Amino acid sequence: MTGDRRRTWLGLAFVSPWLLGVAAFTAYPVAASLYYSFCDYDVLSKPVWVGLLNYRDMASDSVFWKSVGNTLIFNLMALPLGLVASLALALLLNQPVRARGVFRAIYYLPSLVPAVASAMIWLWILNGRLGLLNTALGAVGVHHPPQWLGDPAWTKPSLAVMSMWGCGNTVVIYLAALQGVPRSLLEAAMIDGASAWDRLIHVTLPAISPVIYFNLIIGIIGGLQVFVSAFVMFGGPGPDRSVLFYAVYLYENAFEYRQMGYACAMAWMLCLLILALTWLASRSSRRLVYYQGE
Amino acid sequence: MRGPAKFLTYALLLGGAAVFILPFAWMLSTALKPLDQTLAQPPEWLARRYDARLGGRLQEVRPGALVTEPSLWARMRGAAQPVVLAAASVRGGAWQPAAGPAMPVEVLKTIPASASEPWREISDLSGGQKDVVPASSVSSHISPRWENFPRAIRAMRRFPRYLANTLVLCVLNVVGTVLSSALVAYGFARLEWRWRDPLFGLLLATMMIPFPVVMVPLFALFRWLGWIGTLRPLWVGSFCANAFNVFLLRQFFRTIPGDLSEAARIDGCGEFRIFWQIILPLCQPALVVVALFTFMGTWNDFLGPLIYLTDERDFTLALGLRAMQTTGSGGSEWNYMMAASTLVILPVVALFFVAQRSFIEGIALTGTKA
Repeated sequence: MTGDRRRTWLGLAFVSPWLLGVAAFTAYPVAASLYYSFCDYDVLSKPVWVGLLNYRDMASDSVFWKSVGNTLIFNLMALPLGLVASLALALLLNQPVRARGVFRAIYYLPSLVPAVASAMIWLWILNGRLGLLNTALGAVGVHHPPQWLGDPAWTKPSLAVMSMWGCGNTVVIYLAALQGVPRSLLEAAMIDGASAWDRLIHVTLPAISPVIYFNLIIGIIGGLQVFVSAFVMFGGPGPDRSVLFYAVYLYENAFEYRQMGYACAMAWMLCLLILALTWLASRSSRRLVYYQGE
Repeated sequence: MRGPAKFLTYALLLGGAAVFILPFAWMLSTALKPLDQTLAQPPEWLARRYDARLGGRLQEVRPGALVTEPSLWARMRGAAQPVVLAAASVRGGAWQPAAGPAMPVEVLKTIPASASEPWREISDLSGGQKDVVPASSVSSHISPRWENFPRAIRAMRRFPRYLANTLVLCVLNVVGTVLSSALVAYGFARLEWRWRDPLFGLLLATMMIPFPVVMVPLFALFRWLGWIGTLRPLWVGSFCANAFNVFLLRQFFRTIPGDLSEAARIDGCGEFRIFWQIILPLCQPALVVVALFTFMGTWNDFLGPLIYLTDERDFTLALGLRAMQTTGSGGSEWNYMMAASTLVILPVVALFFVAQRSFIEGIALTGTKA
C-alpha cells in the first residue's frame, strides 16, 4: 500500500512539469476561451456576459463567411496539389536511382525555410511587373501575364502553388512509408503478372494508405489555420479580401479590433470545423484505408 | 528499370529538383545584384559590373538603353543632360517635336547606328553624367556585390538585437523542451503508477486543441503577469513539456528493455539517476531530433512573436525581416530584402547539412509512428 502510494507520487513528480503546464497553459485557457466566447471582451476591461451574441453576429457577418469560403477554396486547391505532388515525388525517389540522398535533400530543404523568408522570396518572384515569373513570361511572348498577387482571382492559386514548395516534409514521410511496403507483396504481384501501374494501385497505395490518411488529417488541421503566408505577403485581407483566411480574420478581430470575445467564438467554430472535416475525411476514407493485421 | 522508364524517372526528378532550387537561386542571385540590375528585363542571373570611358576616364557606369536606330546625341537648349533624339526629327539643326514648339539643339554626336553595332547610353553611378558610346566599348564582368549583406544588416537596423533575441529563445526553448519532455516521457513510459494512463490520454487530447482557441486567454494571462513586451511568453511554456515531444520520446523510451532499470534498482540506484544516467544517454538520437525540431520551430516562429512582442528591440529575426519589408525601404530594395532573407535562411540550411540524418529520421519517425 505504501509502496503503491510512493510509486504514484514518484510518477506525479516526473510528469509534474507537464501537469503544471497543462493547467496553466491549456486547461485554464480552454475554459477561459469558452467563457469569453459568450462575452464582450477587449482584454482591457472585464468581460461582460452577452450570451450567444458573438455566435449570432458570426452568422450574419458577411466577412466571416467570406473568410470561411476563402479558407475552404484555398484548401481545395492546396491539399490535393500537395498530396499528389509529394506522393509523386516520393514514388520517384523510391525508384532505384542514383544520388537519392541529394534529390531528397533538395526536395526537403524548402520545407525548412522560415515562413516569413519564404513569403519574401515568393513576393519577389510573383511581383507583377518585375518578378521572375512575369519577366520570364514576357520574354517568351506573354505580354499581359496575370498579376499573381494583385488579381483576386489569382491570389489563392498563387499561395497554393507556393505552399507546394514546402511539401518536402511530406515527401520524406511518404518515402519512409514506401520503403516499409513489404517486398514480398510486390514480388508476388510481379510473379502474377501485375503491371507497374497495377502494383501501384493494388499493392503500394493500399499498403501506405494509413500514412496518406494521416497526412490528409494533418493537412486539413494545418490548412484551416493557414496564416503566415497570407498575413506577411498581403499584410491583411489582400485584394478584394481574397486571402482573408479564417485565421487571419480571427487574428484581426483579436488584436486589431480588440474584439477578443468574438475571436474566441471564432476559435471555437474553427474547432468544430476541424472536427467536422476530419470526421468527414475519416468517414469517406474508412473503406480506403487498409490497416495491416486487421 | 528499363531504358525509357529510367529516362523518364531521371527527367522528372531533375526537372522537379530544378523547380525546387529555383527560388533559392533567384534569392541568392538578387541578393548579390546592384539595385538597378534587379529591375533588368529580361531578368539576369549574374550580378555584373559595367565599365566604360565616361568624361574622359574609365570608370564603373550604369548601362542604359540600347540605341539601334540612326539618332543624335544632343543637348536641348537650357537642359542639363543630353538626350537621344531620333535623327528624322531634326531639320536644319532645330529639333521639331511631333507637337509643340521647335527647340534648338546642340548636336554632340551623331549615332550611325546599325543592327550590327548598337550604341548604348551610359551614366555614372549617381546618374549625374551621361554619354552614349558604341556598345562594344562598354566592358562587363561578373561581379557579385557581397557588400549587400552588411548593407542589408544595416538596413534592418537592429539586426544584432534580433539575432541575439532569436538565439536566446532558441537556447531556452531547446533546453526547456528537451529536459522537461524527457522527464515527463520517462514518467509515462517507464514507471507504473495509478493515474498514468488516464493522464496520458489527456496529454494526447491536448494535442488536438488548435492554437487559436487558447490564443486570447494566453494573451490575457501573460498581460496580467506583465509579460507582454518581454520574451517570457515565448519560452516559459517550453519548460512545461510539449505534448507531441513527450509522445515521441515515450515511444523511444519504451523500446529500452525494462531489465536494465530493474538491475539498476536492485543495485540501489534512485529513479532520477536511472533516468539521467541510463535512459537519457541511450536515447540520445531521439533527444537530438526533439532538440532540432524545437530549434527550427523557434527560429521560424512568427505568430508567437507577432502577438507578444511590442518593442522593436525585442523582435526576433522573423519579425525583423517583416518589419524591414513593411516599414523600411525593403519593399522596393529587393536586393537587400533578398540578402536579409538569405541571412535568415542560412543557419537553418547549415543546420540541415550538419544534422541531415537526424532530420530525415526524425521526420520519418513523426510521420509513420505517430
